[in-house]
Amino acid sequence: MTGFVVRRLLSSFLVVVLTSMFVFALFFLGPSNPAGPVCEAQGRCTAERLELIERQMGLDESVVTQYGAFVGGLFRDRTITMGSEYSCEAPCLGISYGTRGEVRKELMEKYPATLSLALGGAAIYVVLGVTLGVLAARRRGTATDRLLVGSSLVVSSVPYYLFALLAWILLTLQWDLFPATGYTPITESPSAWAAGLLLPWLVLGIAGSTQYARFTRGSMVETLGEDYIRTATAKGVSRSRVVLRHGLRAAIVPIVTIFGLDFATLLAGTVFTEQIFDIDGIGRWALDAVKAPQDFPVILATVLVSAVLIVVANLVVDVVYGFLDPRVRVS
Amino acid sequence: MTGSLTGPARGDAGDVSRQGFLVVESLSVRFPTHDGLVQAVSDLSYSVRLGETLGIVGESGSGKSVSAMAVLGLHDEQRSRVTGSIRVGGREVVGASQSTLRQVRGNEAAMIFQDPLTALHPFHPVGRQISEAYRVHHDCSRSAARAKAIEMLDRVGIPQARSRADEYPHQFSGGMRQRAMIAMALVNDPKLLIADEPTTALDVTVQAQILDLLQELQQDFGSAVVIITHDLGVVAEVADEVLVMYAGRAVEKGPTREVLTHPEMPYTWGLLSSTPEVSGDPDSRLVPIPGNPPSLLHPPPGCPFHPRCPHVDEVAGDLCRSELPALEGGRRGPAHTKRCHLPDPDAIYGKEAT
Repeated sequence: MTGFVVRRLLSSFLVVVLTSMFVFALFFLGPSNPAGPVCEAQGRCTAERLELIERQMGLDESVVTQYGAFVGGLFRDRTITMGSEYSCEAPCLGISYGTRGEVRKELMEKYPATLSLALGGAAIYVVLGVTLGVLAARRRGTATDRLLVGSSLVVSSVPYYLFALLAWILLTLQWDLFPATGYTPITESPSAWAAGLLLPWLVLGIAGSTQYARFTRGSMVETLGEDYIRTATAKGVSRSRVVLRHGLRAAIVPIVTIFGLDFATLLAGTVFTEQIFDIDGIGRWALDAVKAPQDFPVILATVLVSAVLIVVANLVVDVVYGFLDPRVRVS
Repeated sequence: MTGSLTGPARGDAGDVSRQGFLVVESLSVRFPTHDGLVQAVSDLSYSVRLGETLGIVGESGSGKSVSAMAVLGLHDEQRSRVTGSIRVGGREVVGASQSTLRQVRGNEAAMIFQDPLTALHPFHPVGRQISEAYRVHHDCSRSAARAKAIEMLDRVGIPQARSRADEYPHQFSGGMRQRAMIAMALVNDPKLLIADEPTTALDVTVQAQILDLLQELQQDFGSAVVIITHDLGVVAEVADEVLVMYAGRAVEKGPTREVLTHPEMPYTWGLLSSTPEVSGDPDSRLVPIPGNPPSLLHPPPGCPFHPRCPHVDEVAGDLCRSELPALEGGRRGPAHTKRCHLPDPDAIYGKEAT
């Protein structure tokens, strides 16, 4: 098991490194000039100033050297000059072109909002989805089943941004059923934290639950037809225990796989949710960074965070899989 | 005839020992499908006393397993129609509530399934699956149930039962899995054991071991056993009585020795002549039964075996095609019943055998 984890960690590390190289190359070899936005941010951009800033930022150096400087910054403090001098503590992810703040610090500031949103939303969609799926599978073919499957199809066929926007306009603005959305750190006020995230959690949870409901239903229907379910029934085990302890125990395995990857995507930032509900998290940060003038260090940081999260999620899923399914346990 | 659902939980002991611990009367199991009603089991009656073994023989789709599953009420109420009567220790099973069924299942009547790899839960350790069966019917601690599970594993001949109990089914060999399955079925000391093709998935030497184990345990526990198989060798070895099923119906029934040596129904003849003999001439050809089992959606009129029966012409008139023969005793006494119009089957069988 340890060997397996080490091997996977190494390959995961490689994926992250390659991703960072790719994004770096894309930006510095691409058509846009990173010095442009920096220069423009300081008022009128003359040709001389642009050239000066280019030189200060090391843009005249090769991409490899620049990448080397970036990687070096991860391990020791760096001073970055663009217009004026900025010190950047290790691990340094660069200085934002827009705010001139350290990217890592901004990331740490914005991360709790995304994390709060993702945890609540994921908890709702997995609990709701799996519960509805089990219920539908247990009552397969009945009106309850059709109602659950039908409504999940309806909800999932509405585009997510529309669903979120309608929920916000109707429930918060029109009918005043939910408090105004936004993010307050939990350390400041737990009640304000929960109140501001309540609607985003529900929207994220309900929209996400539909695929889990359908997936759980399918997986459960298949499992409940297995011979070992009949064996459990033949032992005199109660129906609910058969469904949960024997049925769901087996049906949950593929669901865990999907959940791991979904959750990583959520952690990497939900652009629509954060934008619509005015939550200052990673998703919105990334969205702002790709708008002109582009904020390259921020883009790189958000891409790296996503890459790391997805790679880690894959690893966690594989390890958890071994615990859930003794047959794939790696010796 | 249906038993009373609210009557005494157990019939009086004399009744059970006279009639049998398991009494099946006019059992029919039908499955409604889009194409129509599948008549999986029709008008099946049999009984098994404590200490006795009944062998049910027939080819795939003859209703063997379906009738056995009905004994434990394992058919989905919504997807099947079960009529008739099944009494386990005097308690009616057909139409019984789920809570009544739960008391019967695994406790008074237990089942051993065909393929232990798929019949055991892949994600639960073997010991826990056995102790679960025990805990369902006994109010005891986890550790006591575990001790019981280990004792049972030991009893069915699994070496190092204590450490084996924590292993998963995929870590067991086929024979060991079937032993574990047997341990699970016997953990509550059931009075009725139904073994649904218990040796089909196993190789021949392991088959013999499992059959020996079953017989040995039956003697120790004194339970009634129903063994379902398509292997006449298994029947000859373990069964006191044999019931031959064809197209959902009993077509011949009687003491094993009697039925296997003097079969009276052409289908049983067919089964016997398609079985190889170890001591026989290696060059002799097996005689297959021509044709296929009939559709249970549209069973043929008359005797269900008539489309495949080579002796239809020996019956006067069109009786085989028009009238279902009754299951009744022939020339060999009332204990040996058969569903056939042939007036003197012994003579024809004797002629064929030579």
